Amino acid sequence: MELFDYKLLLAVPAIPIVGYVIQIFFGRHLPRKGDWMLTGGMFVVMCITVYMFLTKAIGFEPSPGNAALLHESAKEGGPIFGWLYSSAEKAPGFNLVAGIMYDGLGAAMLMVVGVVSFFVHLFSLGYMNGDRRYHIFFANISLFTFAMLGLVLSDNIMFLFIFWELMGLMSYLLIGHFAQDPDSPRITHAAAACKKAFLTTRVGDTCLLFGMALFYWKFQTFQFTELWRLSAEEVARNGGEYPMWMTVGGFFIFGGTVGKSAQFPLHIWLPDAMEGPTPVSAMIHAATMVAAGVFLLGRTFPMMSPEVLAIVTAVGAFTALFAATIGCTVNDIKGVLAYSTISQLGFMVAAIGTGGLGLVAGLFHMVTHAFFKACLFLSAGSVIHGCHHEQDMRKMGGLRTKMPITFVCMTVCTLAIAGMPLFSGFFSKDRILQGTLGNLFTQFRGASALSIVALSLAAMLTTFYMFRLIFMTFFGEPRDHHIHDHAHESPWPMTVSLMALAALGLFGGHFWLLHPTDPLAQGHHGTWFTQLVDWKTMYGGVFDPMAANMIVDRYNPYHLVDGQYVLDSAIVAAGTEHYEHAVHGAHYWALGISLLVLSLGLFGAWLLYYKRKVDPARITGALGFGYDVVRDKYYIDEAVDGSVIKGTMWLSRVQKWIDEKLVDGLVLLVGRIGKILGYICSWIDKYIVDGAVNWVGYTTQAFGSVARLFQTGRIQQYISFAVAGGILIAAVHILT
Amino acid sequence: MIPVGAYVAVSVALFALGVICIVSRRNIIYVLMGIEMILNSASINFAAFGRYNGDGLEGRIFVIFIIILAAAEAAVALAIVLNVFHLFHTIKPSEVDLLRE
Repeated sequence: MELFDYKLLLAVPAIPIVGYVIQIFFGRHLPRKGDWMLTGGMFVVMCITVYMFLTKAIGFEPSPGNAALLHESAKEGGPIFGWLYSSAEKAPGFNLVAGIMYDGLGAAMLMVVGVVSFFVHLFSLGYMNGDRRYHIFFANISLFTFAMLGLVLSDNIMFLFIFWELMGLMSYLLIGHFAQDPDSPRITHAAAACKKAFLTTRVGDTCLLFGMALFYWKFQTFQFTELWRLSAEEVARNGGEYPMWMTVGGFFIFGGTVGKSAQFPLHIWLPDAMEGPTPVSAMIHAATMVAAGVFLLGRTFPMMSPEVLAIVTAVGAFTALFAATIGCTVNDIKGVLAYSTISQLGFMVAAIGTGGLGLVAGLFHMVTHAFFKACLFLSAGSVIHGCHHEQDMRKMGGLRTKMPITFVCMTVCTLAIAGMPLFSGFFSKDRILQGTLGNLFTQFRGASALSIVALSLAAMLTTFYMFRLIFMTFFGEPRDHHIHDHAHESPWPMTVSLMALAALGLFGGHFWLLHPTDPLAQGHHGTWFTQLVDWKTMYGGVFDPMAANMIVDRYNPYHLVDGQYVLDSAIVAAGTEHYEHAVHGAHYWALGISLLVLSLGLFGAWLLYYKRKVDPARITGALGFGYDVVRDKYYIDEAVDGSVIKGTMWLSRVQKWIDEKLVDGLVLLVGRIGKILGYICSWIDKYIVDGAVNWVGYTTQAFGSVARLFQTGRIQQYISFAVAGGILIAAVHILT
Repeated sequence: MIPVGAYVAVSVALFALGVICIVSRRNIIYVLMGIEMILNSASINFAAFGRYNGDGLEGRIFVIFIIILAAAEAAVALAIVLNVFHLFHTIKPSEVDLLRE
């Protein structure tokens, strides 16, 4: 059974990559350009991931959510692919072994990626129909799915990084999909957007590489399990203090998250990434790829020191609020969703920074968000498709009768993202607030206090701008009759995807998903995710989040005994109990806050955009300059353009000057010196060397012409000489 | 018995006449004749020294060989002369000077 499981897990990334290779070479010649092959492959992948997820979660294995979940780590019989593997004698310590890690978090994430990817493929059958580069689109999106599945299954940070980079490349290709189409009206926008996305995320990727290198330098391993264990040991050895280098390394790893998950200040690529086709936006820039940064935080959480976690919380909470304010001013239907994505990612990141339950809540929100945000984006795609590629919400309105399925699905997911009770988003967002409050109650960190305020406001704005979108698009009088008259419901592959994802958006957070027959088995506050991923055991027992996190608290669990620090488990238990008590107390506060902000935001949107009691223009007019700042996205793009891009351009101009004047001058000088030397050498060659050679020739010729005089060719003369010579020799003989 | 010096004297005289004939004559036929005279002077020497040294046959056998050789050489030489005449339309040795090159 276990071996069978492993083979199934290997098939998960294998199917898309094989499909990609076939598609990229032969896709053009296949019937229907090969879309059925990749979509069918993704259906198989989805079935496998869901089957594996249910196997893990419901209980073909007993008691999920504990250390046993880590058993697929490479060491214990899982598949190992030696890669850059060296023997101990030749290069001790360096070996890179790829294995599969399939713990609770991985299982949940793999299932999400499998399901969302399949429905995005299915949706694309309808949405991308008639596209000039249809087969290339399917090939790329399939390779992207491969990268994301590989990232989730990686058991070491090096392979995670490889897949991470592959996703960066695929997002470049997919955002720039229309940049390759000469007939596309947005060709230059798409080209600029894909370049921007690639370069901006590259900043974060470089940070991640630094962080990885730092941890590898100290720990000599890339394996997650080893990194967790060694981090915990390092902290214990220092008596609970995180060494400086771990703070620096953790900060750099968080930099990777900032880039990939579009946190401030590297969020600027995500809104522009909406230039890509809508299914791409749904899968890459809402549901899966941006979640990779959050997933990375979940995987590397034990390596993060409290200082880094405070930064994580602060950045996440700030991003959540900051993006939510921009989201209220955007008129592009996909733009609203783009800023909403940034904001929701901020929620996840902020929650993970608070540790404990917040960590689980952030990861849980990543899962539920993937479902409802994919559905929202695909619904937006359906609207755009139905309105013949009109994206401006001000020209829509009254579409609910024209596109009933899209309307229902989008409303369901809007309720989910707004945190309406019994919708999936409610469970995760509620727990984010609960975790942040719990952290505030136990540790009184400034970051937690500010983040709870920021997150509450952001949650209210989320409700506001999402219902603004719904009201502007589907309700009221049609504002553009041409568009309204021609609007139509989308074909079945699109509506089926929408309905499936909307169902997941509705039910995806419910506790009884895992216990369909016995809904109350785990008590009223257990969701399936918190059963699967428990913060106390999710790092396999090698790392105790509470023990590591309590150093800023009044409990210090480390005691100095015989010159070595030992962990006092009684204090850890007491601290854990204290924390759980605080979290439990925070539950009702969190519930109250979520319901309050939900009703406020909903009421505001209803008043402004449904009843139209107050004209939004009056409010924006009253806000004046403040509104302009928000509408222009706080001038972040301009600031980056003015500082980083202009700075780089200026630097390159300086370098060009140096190159032209100094380096070229030097080269020219060398050239000129060489030329002069050449003249000298040429003179020496011509007059001295050639002269000597010619002199030898002339001399030989002169001697030759003298000797020639005797060579008359007359045999009689020769004989005379011979006789004379004989006589001479005889005379010499005789006379001497 | 005539002393060997007399034979040698005749031989020297004949050799000298032959050399003069070769060097001075304007006709290549005379040059050939001069060569014959030199060969004959050598023959006389062989015969004289052979007789003077004892009664072996060595000297006389050499003379017979030289005569045969002279006959063969004369035949070849006359053929060359014919060809030279054919080529240069003259048999003056002074004008046949292609060896100069």
